[in-house]
Amino acid sequence: MKRYVIIGNGVAAAGCIEGIRSADAEGSITVISAENHPVYCRPLISYYLEKKTDLQRMNYRTESFYADHGVTVLYGKTAEQIDAEARQITLNTGESLPYDALCCCTGSSPFVPPMTGLDTVEKKFSFITIDDTLALEQAVTPDSRVLIIGAGLIGLKCAEGLHGRVQSITVCDLAPRVLSSILDDKCAAMMQKHLEANGISFVLGTSAKEFKGNSAVMQNGETVDFDVLVLAVGVRANTALVKNAGGEAGRGITVDVACRTSLPDVYAAGDCTEYHDISSDSVKVMALMPNAYMQGHTAGVNMAGGEAVFSNAIPMNSIGFFGLHCHTAGSQPEGCEMIEEADDTHIRRLFVKDDRLTGFMLIGHMHRTGIYTALIRNQTPLSSVDFARLRIGPQLAAMGAAYRDKVLKGAV
Amino acid sequence: MKRIYVKEEWCLGCHLCEYNCAFANSGMTDMVKALRGKTIYPRIQVEQDENGVTYAVSCRHCKDPVCVKSCIAGALSKKDGVIEIDHDKCVGCQTCVLVCPYGAVVEDGSGAAQKCELCLKNSCGAPACVKGCPNGAIVYEERGEAE
Repeated sequence: MKRYVIIGNGVAAAGCIEGIRSADAEGSITVISAENHPVYCRPLISYYLEKKTDLQRMNYRTESFYADHGVTVLYGKTAEQIDAEARQITLNTGESLPYDALCCCTGSSPFVPPMTGLDTVEKKFSFITIDDTLALEQAVTPDSRVLIIGAGLIGLKCAEGLHGRVQSITVCDLAPRVLSSILDDKCAAMMQKHLEANGISFVLGTSAKEFKGNSAVMQNGETVDFDVLVLAVGVRANTALVKNAGGEAGRGITVDVACRTSLPDVYAAGDCTEYHDISSDSVKVMALMPNAYMQGHTAGVNMAGGEAVFSNAIPMNSIGFFGLHCHTAGSQPEGCEMIEEADDTHIRRLFVKDDRLTGFMLIGHMHRTGIYTALIRNQTPLSSVDFARLRIGPQLAAMGAAYRDKVLKGAV
Repeated sequence: MKRIYVKEEWCLGCHLCEYNCAFANSGMTDMVKALRGKTIYPRIQVEQDENGVTYAVSCRHCKDPVCVKSCIAGALSKKDGVIEIDHDKCVGCQTCVLVCPYGAVVEDGSGAAQKCELCLKNSCGAPACVKGCPNGAIVYEERGEAE
């Protein structure tokens, strides 16, 4: 009987469990969970603050998930070391745990750049876990002035979540625009305008230089007074375990399309990894929940002796604020052509290079955008489809009768 | 398993399937009251190609569903071959809309996502689009490999 060990208990781990069980009903599975919660949906923490969900509904799987899949979860424990040669891990409790196949789903940790006087701030929080969220919820009152450092996905979702529960929200970022990792200037400006119309204030293009209790002195000289500080600058992949064991890692743990690390029988999946983005033909950390699941599932199948690859990974994000949604996918490689359609309520920017759709940014109109995403993922030659129709909007009609026959007249 | 398939040579492009879908999922008993004067959000979409050929697109209940794997809320699942959405768990993030290669997961008008569940969860019990198609252009049957 094979012994499977999974370090981490997030969505990648859940995918790994389901992947293993799709190929091996017998082996033992042990999950090391630092957090004292069954697998939950991390990105829902802002929806929790917004009261669009609750702790119960945030569970990713049913209550009987671990029992149904024959999984032992060690809650409140962490892995300290991997001994790849002896095929065992050491836990913080001193116990050691042997494995035949190991998957690192260690996720990422909030990155806090050194900022003078940060220790003088009494109420400061990260916004990554349920525990962060519950602590933040405890700290805010209807009179709180909240300062969020970081206008990325995490910082802005936090702002939306806190909206209506506090007196004011200011978001600052070193980047000159919001959501700088996924949007360009024009798209970011539209999103920022919408956020501002909903009462969120911004201080962009500058960062906090120094904190003095409840005041932040910005690099541009401005001072922002606050009661509660949220640090959402970014995250860093947790690579140390694999790196210290001699495994390859860059900004994330290096994995191939089968989610293997460079260590024998050690796999990795999710936010802790870096892997190939086919839209830009480059290796990057793509800390996205859908990819985390797909990597985890792929790793699980392979750990159990099956054969699976996740070979069409791309960055992609669906995110919305106060009713205005935005879909982005792929990349904008150098020299790509941009095809734009825009008015006051929406923007659609398609990026094309070498007869392929390499990426898009859409704000406002989201209907059926997965058809575009599939074009990127499948690297469909645009000369083989009716691209003029796709420029009007995503539709299967543009894909030709043969494709339609395949997907609408047969099982896919 | 039984799935919905189209016979595009028989499709009239009348869009009745869209109305039958919206009605079947409205929870109401009178079609006029359910739909009159309202924007409908059907789970089936009629398209037309460059030659004027029309056909209806709805969830393919894929063998390897990327929507289920991508759902950030754990709201999508596959049970007995049918891909279902738990409306109570959906937070309306629209990741499923972003990943469905067929454009078959759509917004429901209230901010959440919805998709064809073969009318197994509403009072029809079998696809209303199939039953109501005046020209037999949508069928509900077994094809391809069994799962």
